[in-house]
Amino acid sequence: MNKLVSAFLIGGLFGLGIAVSGMANPAKIGNFFDVFGTWDPSLVFVMGGGLITAFIGYRIIFRTRSAPVLESSFALPTRRDIDAELVGGAAVFGIGWGIAGFCPGGAIPALGLMRAETPIFLAAMIAGIIIARLIKSNMTRPVEA
Amino acid sequence: MTDFTPIQSLFGGVLIGLSAVLLMALHGRIAGMTGILTGVIPPLAPDWQWRAAFLAGAVVSPLAYLALGGTIAFSVPVSTGLLVIGGVLVGIGVNFGNGCPSGHGICGIARLSPRSIVAVVTFMITAFITVFVVRHVIGG
Repeated sequence: MNKLVSAFLIGGLFGLGIAVSGMANPAKIGNFFDVFGTWDPSLVFVMGGGLITAFIGYRIIFRTRSAPVLESSFALPTRRDIDAELVGGAAVFGIGWGIAGFCPGGAIPALGLMRAETPIFLAAMIAGIIIARLIKSNMTRPVEA
Repeated sequence: MTDFTPIQSLFGGVLIGLSAVLLMALHGRIAGMTGILTGVIPPLAPDWQWRAAFLAGAVVSPLAYLALGGTIAFSVPVSTGLLVIGGVLVGIGVNFGNGCPSGHGICGIARLSPRSIVAVVTFMITAFITVFVVRHVIGG
């Protein structure tokens, strides 16, 4: 199958899953974290269903295949170290997620729901990604004597 | 208030998991929205085309679901200012943290990646504290 058709269909499955599950609904995300208020534990079921499916599916793939169907090799993250960027980045993401109720995987499918709030959030999020890139390029620039 | 939707959410979660499994089986890639999206923000990744196709599919399917008469609950109980602040923090955070709930939470934990487990525990804690502060300390 053509790679782009395949990626489009798999993305479609992802977007449908996100939309149906409630992950694209900021009100639901906010309520998931509001244990002492209007708590809605639905997202436990999203994470549970996604995780169990991926856990089993990945094991079947890695035991039965040495390469994916449409590419020559698997592209898997190899880092295992826990560094300040990972923990700090995750902490900042969590604050933003709690404030806005959108995560990247929720906001992209939410675009398809045609509501004005989503592009505002996404524009700010892309600005944040570009800001992070600029900070990183400054951090890695050699210090002048 | 939002309705507690265990069956619907579980079903949606399984679809997300299936998408992650298919992307790995066919393309050999992690279905993390941060990684996929970052590659189409200039400078483009060399393999930006499949990423753009995945993103297009992810936007079109909820649109098609609505067009076919489906309903999806959606509301944003947050001011535009907070949406922008939250958005910038999400963008900075996922870039430094190398991932979000889809990449770390589903794919990373499924691979038992220690980095993903640490990232998920961290962002769950800070999101919980943030919502508590916003709704019960500041807004209370």
